[in-house]
Amino acid sequence: MIQLSAIDLALAATLVLGLAGLSLRVHRDLSRQIVIAALRTTVQLLLVGLILKALFQYAEFPWILLMASIMVLAAGREVMSRQERRFAGWWGFGVGTVSMFLSSFSVTLFALHAIIQTTPWYEPQYAIPLLGMLLGNTMNGIAIAMDRLTQGVWLRRREIEAQIMLGHSAVSAMRSQRYDAVRSGMIPIINAMAAAGIVSLPGMMTGQILAGAPPVEAVKYQILIMFLIAVGTGLGTLAAVWAGSRRLFDGRQRLRLDRLSTPNPR
Amino acid sequence: MSQLRIENLRGIGFGPVDLSLAGSECLCLSGPSGAGKSRLLRAIADLDPHEGQLALDGISSAAVSPTDWRRRVGLLPAESGWWSERVADHFPGTAPGEAFERLGFAADILEQAVEHLSSGERQRLALLRLLANRPQALLLDEPTANLDPANTERVEALLAETCRRGAILLWVSHDLNQIARVADQHWVMKNGRVHPADQGQAA
Repeated sequence: MIQLSAIDLALAATLVLGLAGLSLRVHRDLSRQIVIAALRTTVQLLLVGLILKALFQYAEFPWILLMASIMVLAAGREVMSRQERRFAGWWGFGVGTVSMFLSSFSVTLFALHAIIQTTPWYEPQYAIPLLGMLLGNTMNGIAIAMDRLTQGVWLRRREIEAQIMLGHSAVSAMRSQRYDAVRSGMIPIINAMAAAGIVSLPGMMTGQILAGAPPVEAVKYQILIMFLIAVGTGLGTLAAVWAGSRRLFDGRQRLRLDRLSTPNPR
Repeated sequence: MSQLRIENLRGIGFGPVDLSLAGSECLCLSGPSGAGKSRLLRAIADLDPHEGQLALDGISSAAVSPTDWRRRVGLLPAESGWWSERVADHFPGTAPGEAFERLGFAADILEQAVEHLSSGERQRLALLRLLANRPQALLLDEPTANLDPANTERVEALLAETCRRGAILLWVSHDLNQIARVADQHWVMKNGRVHPADQGQAA
């Protein structure tokens, strides 16, 4: 594999700076955001590179667990911050984080134990990247689905309550909102699976090929990852929408929009 | 004979409210906007959290499933919600019967798109949709607000008959002439409390 030097990365960075300069003509905020995001990527990835290096050297379970927990909590925070109308209080963080934890961890554990069969099962070279890819995608699915759910219920509150008033159950009054939310959460991964190989070469497979792996081996891993991501995202989205729709109603099946916070001013 | 008892009912912006309504009786409630009339009706239909007691025929609302309670104590809100595009989807298993005709609808009304209906048509259809549940008590939030005189008369006649057949009506109205026509009792709501209209302040 051809190693990249600092100068190579600096060259790519000048391209980003050029983009930021060009965006100045659109809006100052936009170029500022590009620069900040690029800086964050650099710092965060360098840090994680160092951490992974250390983690691979001392492959001890408690450290890996700590790393995994930090990843889940960070993803949970990200899900929450992407909500226009989030659940008030602990639920705003809890619904997304718990769903993500349940789906990503169970799918990762299944893959490590039953499919890849690493020894020890928590071998960080496999466990951490796998969990990272699952979390990244599950996070997107859950964030989109939750945003769609809370926003959709807010906009369609009159339709939903009209059914409640006539004696329909909350489950039946929420049917189309639930479907909408779950579908929006799963569409990105469904599209990614459908377009993989034709429109796009998925990142992980590309990385393995760049690193010199035989293409067919890389493809096999990519298929595995795609399936795992689909299941992880699907389970996480279903869990989050299920918990979210329950939270929107109380024990007397009243629509409780007071449990949502008001959107952040823009 | 049905009986709806409301005791010490309190919610956001109103209360405590005590009312007792009997079947075949129409209680009209008037009062300035913001007095809490709509919130009171919502609480009676158990749509909002509230404190106090609600009982129909001596059975507390807490002892009945919320869906059953709302089928028996039906709310007609000031603005109706429609969850499907076609009118028919809101009337499962219903053929346009006599009640439709009495409110001035042609036989093809169920095939129409909700989007193309006027606000008055929606209001009358929302009443028919509620009546299809055969509720024992009807909570009516200005049921004729968007209607022309002819349709107001039709709605009043249909509701009067529903009342005669034993239903309890709790009717919010701002129209004193209408109240004089339909009410057995007239109460006024002010600052979240209710009192009979003949006790000093009228609407």
